[in-house]
Amino acid sequence: MNLAEGFRSREVTAPLVAEIARSLERPIRIMEVCGTHTMSIFRHGIRSLLPEGITLLSGPGCPVCVTPASQIDAMLAAADREEVTIATFGDLVRVPGSDRSLAGARARGARVEIVYSPMDALALAQREPERLVLFPAIGFETTAPAIAATILAAERTGIANFAVIEANKTMPQALAALMDDPLLKVDGLLCPGHVSAIIGSRAYGPLAERHRLACAVAGFEPADILAGLLSLIRRINAGEPGVENCYTRAVAEEGNVRARHLIEQVFEPVASEWRGLGAIAASGLRLKKQYRRFDGLARLGIAVRPTQEPKGCRCGEILKGRLLPPDCPLYGTACTPMRPVGPCMVSNEGTCAAYYRYIGVTDIPVSLKRRDECV
Amino acid sequence: MCLAIPMQVVAIDGGSDEVLDPQVALVESDGVRKAIRLEMADRLPTVGEYVIIHAGFAIRTLTAEEAEYNLELMRKMVDMLDQDGGPAGAVR
Repeated sequence: MNLAEGFRSREVTAPLVAEIARSLERPIRIMEVCGTHTMSIFRHGIRSLLPEGITLLSGPGCPVCVTPASQIDAMLAAADREEVTIATFGDLVRVPGSDRSLAGARARGARVEIVYSPMDALALAQREPERLVLFPAIGFETTAPAIAATILAAERTGIANFAVIEANKTMPQALAALMDDPLLKVDGLLCPGHVSAIIGSRAYGPLAERHRLACAVAGFEPADILAGLLSLIRRINAGEPGVENCYTRAVAEEGNVRARHLIEQVFEPVASEWRGLGAIAASGLRLKKQYRRFDGLARLGIAVRPTQEPKGCRCGEILKGRLLPPDCPLYGTACTPMRPVGPCMVSNEGTCAAYYRYIGVTDIPVSLKRRDECV
Repeated sequence: MCLAIPMQVVAIDGGSDEVLDPQVALVESDGVRKAIRLEMADRLPTVGEYVIIHAGFAIRTLTAEEAEYNLELMRKMVDMLDQDGGPAGAVR
């Protein structure tokens, strides 16, 4: 049985597209919060299937993109240490800090290894006991439990040369801060699938209520996304704010209690700096007191210092849904996937990378150029 | 990158060493077997069940019936739309 075929087949998606076109009563603006949604929407050409009245904005759901340059600089300072190996998810290595990236540091001799899971970083530490292996803890609620499980495994197995660089972020607080922005006009949120698998669909209840928002939790296949959009349109039409779970195969109303328990065992909430959004109270995770010895930067005596974001880079406004990539003066000229200036052009899940890959520079549809609509 | 398709567990493997040989669920995709960590799963899967995966970790376990049911839901929704446009909230 191939389940993927079912969620992608035209037989399933075509009637959804038709119903979306039939249902749309007025122009609406929907933010897709998650970077994987952004990429999937482009990859499957979903924008071109939707009626003109639906504007899709990308939100702050690409973990690498929302990590500020100051934190990248601290990782670079760690990478410069003789004894340190940085073991990281691949999309981080090309993200520029204030003057270079981890890839640049590696070219000049730093040890930077790409791993697919924090557990791989721990295994590397076990194989190379003379190195201090640091895993940059980038990611949201879906990645944090994996990192917590890795820290617990390091503790149980007594592997002392493994630590993390604290950088995890949590989504509801950032969404709340974003929705408080009077300049951002959004009718509905397409809520991230796998963050919701951990925090549960009911985590968006307060947000929906406070801002009278339509929210739909959706998976990443075309049928999932279209079903999510349809749910949002119907709620918006009916004037019924609330949360609809369109991704029941992964998301329970109460979320994944076991995974949340892992987070709570190892981490506690802390104020966190988001690229573009600034500092947001209780939107980050730091190690609890009993696990502070896994704080890699503290172990090396490295502090995160405020720094300038790359000059001319508009990633911050793109992450807030205020601008679309073609509105950035660097897009496609000074900033391309080959030579990225900002993180949104680097990551697989970055909005600019998705635009560049699937729309390009010369062929920007008129509907995407209406700058007045995206402020 | 997140993957929304449930993968069927073909075997449970490992467990002799917590770090070097952890207990994992083996899933198969296009003939390639992948080892999936189970620490985060909402419950441990058995062979024949399905898991939703994020960054090498299972984040949700589904029975085969649940996995099939979801696809069936999609099909039903389509049928309903074909009939009358369907009620609000038909997508659950």
